[in-house]
Amino acid sequence: MKLLVCVKQVADLESRFKPNAAGTWYDEADVAFRMNEYDEYAVEEAVRLKEKLGGEPDLTVISIGPERVGEAIKKALAMGCDRGVHVLDPDAASKDPSQIAAIIAAFAKDKGFDLVFTGMQSQDRGSAQVGLLVAERLGIAALSTMVAFEWADGVIAAKRELEGGIKARVKLRPPALLTCQLGLNVPRYPTLPNIMKAKKKELLVLPVADLLSEGAKAVTQKFYAPARKGGGLVLEGDTADLVDKTIAILKEKTGVLR
Amino acid sequence: MKVLLVGEYREGKVLDATWELFGYAAKAGAEAVLFLVGDPANPPTCGAKLLLADIAKAGEYNPELHKKLVLDAVAAESPDQVVFCHSSYGWDLAPRVASALEAAQVSEIIGLSDGGFELGSCNAKMRRLVKPSTPKVVVTIQGGAFPAAKPEGSPALSIVSSEAPSRIEFLGYDPPEKKDVDLAKAEIIVSAGRGIGKKDNVAMIAALAKALGGELGASRPVVDAGWVEQSHQVGTTGQTVSPKLYVACGISGAIQHLAGMKKSDFVLAINKDKDAPIGEVADVLVVTDLLQFVPALTAKLAK
Repeated sequence: MKLLVCVKQVADLESRFKPNAAGTWYDEADVAFRMNEYDEYAVEEAVRLKEKLGGEPDLTVISIGPERVGEAIKKALAMGCDRGVHVLDPDAASKDPSQIAAIIAAFAKDKGFDLVFTGMQSQDRGSAQVGLLVAERLGIAALSTMVAFEWADGVIAAKRELEGGIKARVKLRPPALLTCQLGLNVPRYPTLPNIMKAKKKELLVLPVADLLSEGAKAVTQKFYAPARKGGGLVLEGDTADLVDKTIAILKEKTGVLR
Repeated sequence: MKVLLVGEYREGKVLDATWELFGYAAKAGAEAVLFLVGDPANPPTCGAKLLLADIAKAGEYNPELHKKLVLDAVAAESPDQVVFCHSSYGWDLAPRVASALEAAQVSEIIGLSDGGFELGSCNAKMRRLVKPSTPKVVVTIQGGAFPAAKPEGSPALSIVSSEAPSRIEFLGYDPPEKKDVDLAKAEIIVSAGRGIGKKDNVAMIAALAKALGGELGASRPVVDAGWVEQSHQVGTTGQTVSPKLYVACGISGAIQHLAGMKKSDFVLAINKDKDAPIGEVADVLVVTDLLQFVPALTAKLAK
């Protein structure tokens, strides 16, 4: 059995974002990067399936981006993936979802992956497109927003999450692509021995030009901070003072404090 | 311009989000045609052209057949845009349609500007202006971004049908988990977000809720981490609340959370990040270390 998991490295969203010189994405200076949270669930689920099947499945992790993306791949390897593929693209941030999907599909085509796992969206762009577009390009079944996954005798029993806490129960067979929602599992922290082992795992680096020959269908023209709607009061200062001010405001404005 | 709106239907009802699609069409100044997989015996009353596929045949979740039906509607109507809600139904179906049309998709738009689409980025801290370059464009709209605008009158109804092999078998729904707390009725809710740092600090937030005479709420990451029971979750996939006072502790304000609490009468947010999007809906934003501030506030209230 062959498994593929697609991960993206994103900015830590606690960061302060400033537009870059071109004004089309953020300036990477002073920004910390990490694996997209949704993709951590995807890695965990793929590793659990591999473990459940006694380690038999061959599990590849792929990521697209500049040098720094190697860190996200290393984390996935330390979590239990067997081999890494780094599509080296210094300009990945300017690619649109259809191009990212084209790159992944070009790599995966003819490799016979039975299951492809990825996050349901990225934390920084949140288009929720790439997984489904990859499946369409590969011509395989796709299920999005997965919150439960079971594998038995070649059949997937899964649940997808809807609004209001409702879940849809579905069944499908491989080959299939699954986009993972938060809460699907509890992603593991890589242990130190596994981090050391990951350093010895195979890592294939491919230039993006080998996999992509099509242009963008949509471009970001501008990246900017939203205009503050205002109205809200911002309080800063010393704790005791803040407590007194807050209580005074709650008494005056809410009617729930006596 | 002409837009094909893809409505939503679940468990015998047309979902209200469908009417927000018409709000988008009005804002875009476009002629609108509605496509819906619904009940032909009971079509929605709306003054628009309606292409209706029978849910009894097409099913509630059958993305491969729904894709085919939407593509048939596109072939018949030649719209410039195909518009979905950015919902579990829309974000699942839209890329399948965009891929078949070789069209650009722009996801979760919040506005129109300068010939392009405005969308949130980086957890709503920033915005992007995106311009597609394909002849047809697929769009998903953020819930609440375009006010619902149900056209008056009765529909010009056409029943449509199609066939497509399906590789996904839909078995049914699991209802939401039973709630041990009904936040919808609470007058005061104090919610914990990821900013509380660790599970041990939930008790501190619960103590503030108790001091205020309110209930404990939580954001999704806190529930996913297992710090607080799912029944306390506020947001799109949890409960929608409108208390007299909502206190958001360490909640950055992801759109899914804001959608569940922005109708609160008064919002007090406590956050160390002055730029956190929760500031957009907060009446008061206290910029501070909540680990110091919350116990101090609780102690003072208890006096």
